Amino acid sequence: MTQIEREEMEFDVVVVGGGPAGLSAAIRLRQIAPDASVCLIEKGSEIGAHIVSGAVIEPRSLEELLPDWRSLGAPLNTEVTEERMLFLTEKRAIQIPYLDRVMPHMANHGNYVVSLGEVCRWLGEQAEALGVEIYPGFAGAELFIENNRVAGVITGDMGIERDGTHGPNFTPGMILRAKQTILTEGARGSLSAHAMKRFGLRKGVDTQTYGLGIKEVWEIPKEKHRPGLVQHSFGWPLDDHTYGGAWLYHFGENLVSYGFVTGLDYSNTYLSPFEEMQRTKLHPAFREHFEGGKRLIYGARALSEGGLQSIPRLTFPGGVLAGDSAGFLNVPKIKGTHTAMKSGMLAAEAVAEALQTERTEASSLTERVRNSWLWSELRDVRNIRPAFAKWGMKAGALYAGIDSMILRGRAPWTLHHPHADNETLRPAALCEQIDYPKPDNVLTFDRVSSVFLSATNHEENQPVHLKLRNESLWRTVNHDVFDAPESRYCPAGVYEQEKSADNGWSLRINAQNCVHCKTCDIKDPTQNIEWCTPEGSGGPNYPVGM
Amino acid sequence: MKILVPVKRVVDYNVKVRVAADGSGVETQGLKMSLNPFDEIAVEEAIRLREKGVATEVVVVTIGVQAAQDILRTSMAMGADRAILVKTDDTLEPRAVANALKAIVEREQPGLVCMGKQAIDDDMNATGQILAAKLGWPQGTFASAVTVADGRIEVAREIDGGTEIVSLALPAVVTADLRLNEPRYASLPNIMKARKKPLEMLEAADLGVDLASRLTIVSVAEPAERKEGIKLGSAAELVEKLKTEAKVI
Repeated sequence: MTQIEREEMEFDVVVVGGGPAGLSAAIRLRQIAPDASVCLIEKGSEIGAHIVSGAVIEPRSLEELLPDWRSLGAPLNTEVTEERMLFLTEKRAIQIPYLDRVMPHMANHGNYVVSLGEVCRWLGEQAEALGVEIYPGFAGAELFIENNRVAGVITGDMGIERDGTHGPNFTPGMILRAKQTILTEGARGSLSAHAMKRFGLRKGVDTQTYGLGIKEVWEIPKEKHRPGLVQHSFGWPLDDHTYGGAWLYHFGENLVSYGFVTGLDYSNTYLSPFEEMQRTKLHPAFREHFEGGKRLIYGARALSEGGLQSIPRLTFPGGVLAGDSAGFLNVPKIKGTHTAMKSGMLAAEAVAEALQTERTEASSLTERVRNSWLWSELRDVRNIRPAFAKWGMKAGALYAGIDSMILRGRAPWTLHHPHADNETLRPAALCEQIDYPKPDNVLTFDRVSSVFLSATNHEENQPVHLKLRNESLWRTVNHDVFDAPESRYCPAGVYEQEKSADNGWSLRINAQNCVHCKTCDIKDPTQNIEWCTPEGSGGPNYPVGM
Repeated sequence: MKILVPVKRVVDYNVKVRVAADGSGVETQGLKMSLNPFDEIAVEEAIRLREKGVATEVVVVTIGVQAAQDILRTSMAMGADRAILVKTDDTLEPRAVANALKAIVEREQPGLVCMGKQAIDDDMNATGQILAAKLGWPQGTFASAVTVADGRIEVAREIDGGTEIVSLALPAVVTADLRLNEPRYASLPNIMKARKKPLEMLEAADLGVDLASRLTIVSVAEPAERKEGIKLGSAAELVEKLKTEAKVI
């Protein structure tokens, strides 16, 4: 292909991704380096359009970033009033007693149930008021590398036809030059992956592991609504070797946030995270909350679960990683917003120093992170998630209790993540099929009607953004050995196996349904699915409430 | 020639709206808002006319809330030269919008008003026609192609079963249909440049025109849910069902 002419624009700092980490980084930068020009790009059609989270958030970082958040109108309106952790069997729910002692990291006193999409929109306004230039609808397609350092990003080309040719509206992406680039793309970001590979950032750390969160927002009858109620569950419907559980939060105006996280290290190829999420709503401990209500929004997103052991080197020549791009989520706490924000703020401080001293690498970030509460918080819980993977849910929970109450996170050992999530599936022949109930269209639904509620759209003539690197490998491995796991783990119905012309099986990819959760990029057994960034603005359009 | 393009901020076409519990309208709070797609086509056409040398300036105008600046910036990123925001927090009906636009037309003296045939939120399809009548200008609605020459504009109108060609003396009002063009992308460099283009703000009340509402919305309801379909085994079974269940034959 001929070289594309690209326009260029120069900034001191370019931030990729408008989630809590990126927005906090941008805000912090303008606070401490008011002369620095800061540009933030976001692939969603607006800030918040691609944000999926529970979310109960701890306001600690917000307090540090914008101490006046209350008077600035931050949308933290529902304080946690009541919380419970349930262990589910098929029919019963056993409430874990003395939660604040057994699982102190779970205590939510002083925390808020929010729509993280709404919080991000608000953070976006704060950032713009501080002079950050925010450009939603533009995806960071490639790192711009010059003299062996990252020197900015290239935004995606627009108007490429399905066959790869330039259509009548072809608009080339632009080079956004930056002295420092902050990558805050969330879990499994594509530029972050590129940077980690190119600069060897994962050397000496554990592999990153992930979970898949699938969420619905419901509006329920007023008389049933208990603002501030927080309920989590583990146990049924997952077996003891599969990590995961449900959340249910009452918040806002008669809204309920409900969702289910499945550890992507699950081994039964027949498991369907989507259907686990659907059927959990039928459990007596959940069902009553939804009856008489209406489902409004649907969405899904992978999240990093590796914790401290999996955090890569955070800096490279010309840029840094922050937020879930690096993997700062606190899994046992079921929270990642305050850690994402804090890592973004620390990234901004290190970047500001690098700008001032004209260094290409903001190396002070590592030490800043190690000296902050962020590090000790993640260090103290580092063994809990791997313990669940090692010993199963019940023994893992017991270990978590001992680790928290007796060892207080100071165990002299560190448990590791021995497998990447794409290595854990067992062949279909060794797996038990799971009989999921059919959707009743009252409390439970199918994928198609769900994706509809994510308002997902991709410009239809663009090239397919999900590709098999090797088609025959799909047939011999995914189909023949694992019985097409992607048709089950994809929460958006992107993958369907179908009989092909030669009477064999082939994979149909409905890429326009993709909600950008990144699960296929993570879980495909041979990493044969390539997730390219689609045209900016594409993907879900989650409204406020998500 | 100057072209005035009135535009409207509406709930994005990708967003699924829901009816407010009290049936007074649809919930719009917190939803993604965008430039009305038909207006986007009108903006594109105006820019193309300027690029052809037919027009010299493209001015976009909207009547709406403070936040409606975003669609003006989008229009300017596509290529419009400047923008006017007529601020009001009220939801105006087509007659009132036409009154306000008439005041803007008298101020700006454009040779052509080019606008979307309708907005995708209320689907009224009325403002362009009312504006033309109030101005006493000819109108070419549902345009799928336009050509300007010798002080006239030729408009191909999409009508039932074909195309009608009308020739109007300028100044005129043209409303854009879907097939008029395919709007360009607002590129990132152009979005950056659009931030520096002039955007004038006026108060709707200061225009001194009648903005009162005459229409009352009685109620808004969601369409009945489609019943789940069934698969039948044979044509005979279908005939049977049509007779006994659907009772249509």
